[in-house]
Amino acid sequence: MTVDDRFAAGADALRADPALSTFSEVVTGPVTDWATDFSHTAEEWAQDAIGIWDDLRQRCPIAHTERFGGAWLPTRYEDVAAVAYDTEHFSSRAIIASNVRPPRSLAPVGTAPPISSDPPFHHDARTLLLPAFTRTAVSRYEESTRAFCHSLVDALAGRDVVDAAADYAQHVPVRVMADLLGFPPEDGPRFRHFVENALEGIDLPPEERLARSSHLFEYLLVQIRDHLEHPREDLTGHLLQAELYGRRLEPAHVAGTMALLLIAGIDTTWSAIGASLWHLAGHPDDRRRLVAEPELRATAVEEFLRAYAPVTMARLVTEDLTWRGVQMKAEDWVLLSFPAANRDPARFERADEVLVDRQVNRHAAFGLGIHRCVGSHLARMELRVALDVWLDRVPEFTLADPDAVRWSTGQIRGPRTLPVRIG
Amino acid sequence: MRISIDPSLCQGHGRCYDLAPDLFGEDGEGYATLLVPGGEVPAGEEDDARLAADNCPEAAVLVYEETVAGDGVVGEAAP
Repeated sequence: MTVDDRFAAGADALRADPALSTFSEVVTGPVTDWATDFSHTAEEWAQDAIGIWDDLRQRCPIAHTERFGGAWLPTRYEDVAAVAYDTEHFSSRAIIASNVRPPRSLAPVGTAPPISSDPPFHHDARTLLLPAFTRTAVSRYEESTRAFCHSLVDALAGRDVVDAAADYAQHVPVRVMADLLGFPPEDGPRFRHFVENALEGIDLPPEERLARSSHLFEYLLVQIRDHLEHPREDLTGHLLQAELYGRRLEPAHVAGTMALLLIAGIDTTWSAIGASLWHLAGHPDDRRRLVAEPELRATAVEEFLRAYAPVTMARLVTEDLTWRGVQMKAEDWVLLSFPAANRDPARFERADEVLVDRQVNRHAAFGLGIHRCVGSHLARMELRVALDVWLDRVPEFTLADPDAVRWSTGQIRGPRTLPVRIG
Repeated sequence: MRISIDPSLCQGHGRCYDLAPDLFGEDGEGYATLLVPGGEVPAGEEDDARLAADNCPEAAVLVYEETVAGDGVVGEAAP
C-alpha cells in the first residue's frame, strides 16, 4: 500500500489562500428599511423573520441591502425557485453570505463541494456522496439515534423546566454527524463552536472569521490523519478512498466536504427539531393530537419543515443582469430564502397557518433543483425519531417563559433557547 | 391510471417513495424509480399516486388519469 501523502502539509493547505478573497466593509447598526437595508443578522430578524418576509412579499418582493457588499432577498416562491434553478446566473461558489467573497477562480469547485460547486463539476462531486445518504443507507442509524434520544430524555429526569433546544434538539445531530464521519463522540461540544463560527459570526471582522475557520480545518486534519493511521468504514474513510476522474480527491476537496457535512448536518436539523417542539409547546391542540395519533406525525413533520424551514442558502450573481425588474451586479449575494418561499400564499393554501394534517405539501425546505439537500433523508429520520421519542416520553409540555425563547440570526433559523415546562 | 417519473426533474427528495411505497422506490443514489410495470397503477392505489404527485417539490411525478372517450379509445389526461 502506498502512503497517502496528500495530508502531510498543515491545515492551511486545505483552504483557499485567504489573501485571494475579496472583503467588503462590515456595516452594522439598526435596519432603516427592510426593503432597502435588510440584514439577516439583526435581532428583529431573529424575533420576527416570518413577519418581515410576509411584509416584503407584499410591498417589495425582492428586497435589497448594501450590507455584505450588496445582497438581494427574493421572498416569493416563484422567484426563489427561479434562482435555485438558474445555476448559470447564480453561482454556489459561496453559500453563506458575509463580507468575504472567495476568489472567483474557485468555481466550479468552491470551498465545500458539492454545496459550493457549480455544473458540471457539481454533479460528479455530488454523486460521490449520494449513495451514503439514501433513505436506505441512513436507516441504519435510526436505532442508535432512537436510543440516543431516549438517553437525552432520561437525563432530564427530576427537572420541571428544561431547554428543549440546548438540552435535547442540539445533541441529536451532533451525535449523528460524529457517528457518520467517525469522529469521537466526546468532541461534540467543539462542533457547536465550529458551527457558530461558520454560520453566525458573519458581521465579525473578516480576519477574525478566517482565523476562526482555521480551527475547524486544524481539527479536520487531525481526524483525517487518524483515519489514515486507523482506516475505518465511515464517511471520512469513504472520502479518503474516493476517486474522481481516475484520481484520489484533492486534499481541499476532502476537507471541504467534511466541513460541509459537519456544519450543514448540525445547525439545520437542530433548528428543525427545536422549531417543531416550539410549535407543539405553544399549540396544545396539535400536541395532543400528535400524542394520540402517532400515524399523523410523518405528515406533521413535513408541515413543520414547510412552516419553519430552517435553511436559507446564498448564491453569487455571476454577471450584471436585469432580473425580474431589479438591477443585479456581478458578485452581489442573493439570499435563497426557502423559508420565505414556503410561506407564499400564491403557492400554498392557508400559507400562514400550520396544519399538521396538510395533505398537499410541495414545500422547498430542502431546496429545489440540483442542490437538493444531500442529507435530507438523514434529517427527516432524525426529526421523526426525535419527535417520536419526545412525544412518547414527554407528552405534556408547555412554553415555560415565552419571552425567554431566543431564535437564531443568520441563514439557519431555529430556536437556540427554548425553556419548556415538562413537570 | 398511469404514473411516470421525469428523470430530468427528479432530484431525489423521496417524497413519492415515502408516501406511496408500493408504487415508487429509490435507486442507489436516492432518485425515484417505478415499482409497477409500465407505470400502471393497481386498482385501489390511485390516491397514493395522487398523493405522491401532490407532494413532489420538483413536480417530477406525473399522473395520467385515464379517461374513456366516446369511441371507446382510452385517452390520457395530463395532470
